[in-house]
Parts: sequence; C-alpha cells; structure tokens
Amino acid sequence: MKKNMGRLGRLKKTTKVDFATYLGVTAAFIVVSMLRDQGVLTRSLTGMLVPICCYIVMAVSLNLTVGILGELSLGHAGFMSVGAFTGVITAMSLQSAIPFAPVRLAVAMIVGALFAGVAGLIVGVPVLRLRGDYLAIVTLAFGEIIKELINCLLVGYDAKGLHIAFNISGSLTIDDLNMAEGGIAIIKGAQGATGTTTIASFGAGFVLIMLSLVIILNLVRSRSGRAIMALRDNRIAAESVGINITKYKLMAFITSAALAGAAGALYGLNYSNLAASKFDFNTSILVLVYVVLGGLGNIWGSIIAAAVLYILPEALREFSDYRMLVYAIVLILVMLATNNPTIKGLFARLREKLTRGRKAEAKGGGR
Amino acid sequence: MEFLSYLISGISLGSVYAIIALGYTMVYGIAKMLNFAHGDVIMVGGYISFCAVSYLGLPGWLSVLLAMAVCTVLGVVIEGLAYRPLRQATSLAVLITAIGVSYFLQNAALLIWGASPKGYTPVVSGQLPLFGGRLTISYVTLLTVGACIVIMIALTLFTGKTKMGKAMRACSENKAAAQLMGINVNRTISLTFAIGSALAAVAGVLLCSFSTSLMPTTGSMPGIKAFTAAVFGGIGSIPGAFLGGILLGIIESLAKAYISTQLANAILFAVLIVVLLVKPSGLLGKYVPEKV
Repeated sequence: MKKNMGRLGRLKKTTKVDFATYLGVTAAFIVVSMLRDQGVLTRSLTGMLVPICCYIVMAVSLNLTVGILGELSLGHAGFMSVGAFTGVITAMSLQSAIPFAPVRLAVAMIVGALFAGVAGLIVGVPVLRLRGDYLAIVTLAFGEIIKELINCLLVGYDAKGLHIAFNISGSLTIDDLNMAEGGIAIIKGAQGATGTTTIASFGAGFVLIMLSLVIILNLVRSRSGRAIMALRDNRIAAESVGINITKYKLMAFITSAALAGAAGALYGLNYSNLAASKFDFNTSILVLVYVVLGGLGNIWGSIIAAAVLYILPEALREFSDYRMLVYAIVLILVMLATNNPTIKGLFARLREKLTRGRKAEAKGGGR
Repeated sequence: MEFLSYLISGISLGSVYAIIALGYTMVYGIAKMLNFAHGDVIMVGGYISFCAVSYLGLPGWLSVLLAMAVCTVLGVVIEGLAYRPLRQATSLAVLITAIGVSYFLQNAALLIWGASPKGYTPVVSGQLPLFGGRLTISYVTLLTVGACIVIMIALTLFTGKTKMGKAMRACSENKAAAQLMGINVNRTISLTFAIGSALAAVAGVLLCSFSTSLMPTTGSMPGIKAFTAAVFGGIGSIPGAFLGGILLGIIESLAKAYISTQLANAILFAVLIVVLLVKPSGLLGKYVPEKV
C-alpha cells in the first residue's frame, strides 16, 4: 500500500488530474444511476441526464478548439446538428438491419461523428487560415448555413433505400419523395426529424463522455497536443521550430467537430421530435459559456460547468419568470468576479498556501 | 422593374444593417470587443419608441429622439458596469459578459413587454410613385437611406476632423500611448458606446418601421447580420461598414426574390465566407502586416 502511494506520488501532476477526472466521472455516473433507480431523482431531472451528457461532450470538445488550440469557434452547434441529423437518419434506416438498439445507437454515433468530422474538414481547411475574430465569424456563418440547409432537407426511407430531396422552392412536401408503401419520413424540412425512435440512454452518454475524455486527454498530453498548445501560445515561435500549423490546427478542429457530431447523434436519438432550429447560434454560445466558465483548457472544469449550468435554469425554477434574468445576472457577476484583480490575488495566495502546506507534508511523510 | 424594386428594398434593408454595423464597427475598433448586446440595444430602442407613440401619444420624430436618449444612457451604463471592470481581462471573458448582458436585456424586455409581438406603426407612412406608378418607393425607405448616408458622413467627419474623433482613433491604435498623451481613455470609450447605442436606437426604429412588429428577440438576428456586415466591409472601417451593410442587404433581398426564401441567410453567409477567404481583412479593411 505504502509502495503504491509512493508510486502515485511520483506520477506527473497532469496524469493525476487526468485519473481524477476519469474517476470523478465514473463515480458521478454510478451515484446518479443509483439515485435514479431508487427513484430519488425528479422526473424532469431524469429527463435531463442524456442532454447533460451530450452537453458535457460538447463542452469538452469545444474546449479543445477554444482552450487548447486557442481559436474562437461560434458554430459548434453546427457540428452537433450535422451529427444529430445524420445519426437520426442512420438509426432510423437501420432499424430492421440492426434490431439491437445499443449497437444501432453506436453505429449512429459513429456515422454522426464521421459526417461532422468531414464537415469540420470542409470548414477547417479554408478557414483556419483566418485568424481571431474572423474565424469566429466564419464558424458562426457555418452554423447558420447548416441550420438553413437542414431546414430544407426532406429524407424518407422505404424498402428501396433512402430518398433525399432538397426543398429549395419551399413547395415540396414529404409526399414528393415518392416513397413505396410502408416508407417512413425521417426528416420533414423545417419540422425537422419527427417520429424518431428514442434509443439514447444514460449509459451510452457515460460511455461517450469517457471516450471523448480518453481521446482528448491523450491528444493533449501527446507530442501532437504539445504542438497544438505551442501554436496557441506563440504561433510564430511554433512555426519557426518547424511545427506544421495547418496539420495540427486541423487535427484539433476535426477531432473537436467529430466529438460534437457524436454528441449530436446521441442528442438527436433522445427526442422523438427535433428541429434544426434547436442548434442555432444560441446553442453554440451556451456551450461556449460552459467552456469559459469551466476554465479554458481545463477539461474537468468544462464537465462540471456544463453539468451545473445545464441544471441551473431548472433549479432556478422557483424564480419562474425571472429565472433567465437571474441566470444572466449570475453569468455577468461570475465573469466580473473571476476577472477581478483583488479576488484573483486572493485565490492565488490561497493556492500558494495550500500547495506549500502539501509540499511540506509530503516531505515530512517521505522521511 | 421587378428587379429594381427588389434592389430598392435590398438597399433600404442594407441601410438599416449599415447603421447597426457602424455602431458595431466603432465599438470594435476602439474597445476591441465583440459587443453581442448591440443587437438587443436595437430592440430596446424599438420598444421605447413604440411605448412613446402608443402609450404617451408622442409624435414619431419625438419618439426617435427619446429612444436615442434612453439607449445612449443604457449603452454608457452597460459599458461602465459590465465592460469597464474587464478592461484588462481576456477578450473571451468580455465576450461572455457581453452575452450575459444580451440575455439580460432580452429577458428584461420579455418581463416588461411580454413575449407576444407588438404591432409597430412606422414613423412615416405613404409611398412615392415613380414611372407613373409602376414602381413605388415608401417614404420609410427614403428616410432610411437618407439617415444612413447622413450618419455615415457625420461619423466620418467626426472621427476625422474633431478632437474627440482624433482621441478615438488614437485609442483604437494604442490605448497605452493614447493615455500617455493625456487622452482620457475611459471617457473616450464611453463616448464611443454612447454614439454606438444612439445609432442602435435609430436602427431599431427603422427596423421596426420595416417589419412593423416588435419582439424581445427582434434585435438578435439583425445584430448578427450587421456584425457580419461590419466584418464583410472590414471591421473598424466606417466606409467599410456602410458598404458591407448595403451589399448584405442587396444580396439578401435578391437571394430571397430569385433563389430561395428559405436559403436566403445561408446564401448571405456563404458569400461572406467566400469574401473572407479571398480577402481576409474584409472589403475595405486595412491589411496589417505581421511583425516578428
């Protein structure tokens, strides 16, 4: 036991933080599942479990772009949207081919991630040449374009396969797909996906969170991750030591997009009706708020911020009409407080004291 | 003739975007922040004018002045309470605060005026028939285009010729150096917010005169579009914001008329992306070479 403790003590600090993150998420999952099975959780809270998982993955993946790569993206919901609708189409058309729901869900999430990753590549290749606020605008524009394109999309499935139509004139309906008898409508233009069989589960959400943590934490702690962070800290210096800017930027951006796509697929399969307008600019902003409040580049911070802030408006329900107003005020006050030099200094001193105390303890324990 | 009428409606819509974009671009040029609450100041301006006309019975032109006064105060208060303490903070922190302010304004409006759309009576009514009535231009359109041109010229003169304008340009180039030269940076930024918010109030009144309805979320989409207009024309540049706004309005109007109503915004944003890829600093933006 003592030997083990010693080995643990010798681990790098980042490794310890990573393990603590995995452990914390697992523990939270077990506790929440138990609470749910005991019937302690309210109905509305139980219904929020899968969306919370999705938003945690969204926040963690956006943190890779904003916190670790250092590029502001305002269109993350666009990738979620791509993943959600491709995921729904996949799951609905494979209903008879793969009757076992968890496998179908997994396939849908993989397809969603693939398509979102391709979208990330299409956006990323030209856009990552731009810098700063321009990138923010283009990602914002991308999110809006995706939303409108899906609003025009008609997709149905019958024995012959997928039928896809693009409703540019606005006059087509789902009947114009000429589906055979027994065909199902999957996406109905502005109404979005209707009649989806909901196969998402909290367990799948947990697995997705763990997977994205493994992917992102391993990426960040690898050679590539260090290159990505070097780009963030000083692009010119990084370029001058031979780091391939485009390659590493794309690597981070596409990973982030693909994870958002997987989260979107899970989200889409959690609701029987889902319109593309759900994934608008406000959703992107919501996720960005989670990332910034959780701390840029801080993965476990994103997880906690996403979970807490998703529940917060619900918890503020007693304020009824005032809750979003209270939410806005809380948001502003938190930003003002965390950036206040006096409070910042206080925290820094506190942290210094704590680490010094712990170091002294460690020395004492070692002897 | 049909094309001409679409073009005219595009220009008038674009003039509204241009007025909003002028406010955006000035604030961005000096405070270097994306003020996402700008769109909601537009909405507040619209509501103030609406209340002045329908509850107090004031004439239209007076309601515009009242809206401008209220929005100016609002802009300065927002800047002083929410943005000034974050002058040294990262740009993302300021961005999130601006989003918080935007949520705050939207939800405050929701509580005060309710979610249902209010019918807005245009400040001026009537139409001007041209070519023997084959083409009509509403007076609102003429007013909008006129206001936009006047505002752009006034702003160009103000930033170019006056002492305060010079201080603004100095602050936008280098705040520390400006302060060393005896410029009161905080006051200059406040003034910028005041001007930007007053413009937002004008834009709000004009926007509501076009759409004749008013909701707490009225300002957000035009706000985003005006922001893209500012980037399109080269952010920080006054003629750029004007040009970007007008072009965006024309593209939107023509896309709606000839391609697809549903995809109009998608086309608009696609054009924006293409322009930024070809000319990353926007149409009239200055190219700033990188120093190593």
